[in-house]
Amino acid sequence: MVLISRPALRDCGKGLFLIVLLLAVWEAAALVIQNNYILPQIGDIFAVLFQPAAPVLGGPSMIENATVSLREVLTGFGCAALLAIPLGLVIGSSREVGTYLNPAIQILRPVPPIAWMPFAIAWFGIGFHSILFIIAMGAFFPILINTVDGVQGVRRSWVEVAGMFHATTFERFRTVILPGALPMIWTGLRVSFGVAWMCVVAAEMLPGTTAGLGFLIMYAYNLGQLQVIGAGMIVIGLIGLFADTLFRAGQERFFSWQGRD
Amino acid sequence: MEPVLCVRAIEKTFSGADGACPALAGISFDIAPREIVCLMGPSGCGKSTLLRIIAGLDYADRGSLHMATDNNGGTARTAMVFQEHALFPWLSVYDNIVYGLRLSAQRVPEDEVARRAEALLALTRLSGFSRSLPHQLSGGMKQRAAVARALAGEPPVVLMDEPFSALDPFTRRELEDEVLRIRSDLKTTFLIVSHNPEEAVYLADRIIVLSPRPARVAAEIPVRLPFPRNPADPAFLKIREEVTRAVLGAE
Repeated sequence: MVLISRPALRDCGKGLFLIVLLLAVWEAAALVIQNNYILPQIGDIFAVLFQPAAPVLGGPSMIENATVSLREVLTGFGCAALLAIPLGLVIGSSREVGTYLNPAIQILRPVPPIAWMPFAIAWFGIGFHSILFIIAMGAFFPILINTVDGVQGVRRSWVEVAGMFHATTFERFRTVILPGALPMIWTGLRVSFGVAWMCVVAAEMLPGTTAGLGFLIMYAYNLGQLQVIGAGMIVIGLIGLFADTLFRAGQERFFSWQGRD
Repeated sequence: MEPVLCVRAIEKTFSGADGACPALAGISFDIAPREIVCLMGPSGCGKSTLLRIIAGLDYADRGSLHMATDNNGGTARTAMVFQEHALFPWLSVYDNIVYGLRLSAQRVPEDEVARRAEALLALTRLSGFSRSLPHQLSGGMKQRAAVARALAGEPPVVLMDEPFSALDPFTRRELEDEVLRIRSDLKTTFLIVSHNPEEAVYLADRIIVLSPRPARVAAEIPVRLPFPRNPADPAFLKIREEVTRAVLGAE
């Protein structure tokens, strides 16, 4: 499977232009200011990036930090998906169930996941499980909402075709509702992965964590090492970009039919 | 000959926001095997509702439907072709055509499924496109695939709800010829809702005109012209005019 097509590669080149420009402006400003506590030089940031396996500020290496964060994100994201997809399928299929659950969902949804942190610490203690809870809280709603929308967006005529051929309820679900809703579920997963990634960084900034990219950024901030913060941000951004590229490729590959008739 | 479909005194009332709205007020007709019948009438008169009731997608309040039993003595099923093909966009043309055959209601063995699919793909001239997705096909090809899907279960009657109205006139004529060819090849019976008098006269053995709501059968016009028909033929034009007047008169 080709992940990036030739025109996509050309677009990459165009996108790279702005990045290079921003880096140049940054570097120029850093050279003028000459103060590492305000604006670290690009070279210092890259010096951190180019030694991904070396301990950073006497703690875990960049790779170790990234692995910790990624593991937390994937676990929390996976838990959220396992809960949100079935629940979304049920709510989307039954107006009755939706009537019972929607008000509670709509009230909980706008609450920033990080606001749950005190509760999470009280219930799960400091560390991995609290962070998982926060991530799952953040990842849950985009998947749920998109799954519900996906099911409700399944065309009536498709369902009628199933009815016309006397499909059983389960067959109608398996052959029409689920495949019809799948592109939206995929979109939900994609959005939610981005949210999960933001949550992990925020959650790790809280005291008590000992590794992870969010931890690293907070630790570097306490020590005034802004070039490490810059490096951490770049790693977060690159992992996010990579994940999004994978999701997009999946969309192209499996759901090219979406919105076309 | 034993009719393949008997429609008897079908009544249907919709309950809307502003009270009961009678749609069908006792509709009766028969359809003989191999017949092509067009159902016409002013828009909103309930033609589609009637078709959906016959297809089992909606219920009549009163009246009855009798359908001939199929070759195996089982309950016959109709199949419908929708105005907008309604193919599943995530399934290949092949998988769309055999969709109904693979459900537990039919449970046709896989080698029989393949045999029927090949025959239908050839019949609808889609053999080279069995692996394509619907969005890769032209409008006419999509509607041919929808016709093939309806034919796959070998239904006693194929119902069509304005099947070609979304197509350009040339593709439309092509598909109409296809229907005639399928009827002579497979001895299929068709009940077609149409808005277009020319299409009705081109295809039908008989045209049933419904009155406005609540709909009754306002006229039955037999079309006794040999196939293939020529729309420029004076006899054709005369019947087309008669049909037009019947529909307008019904209004």
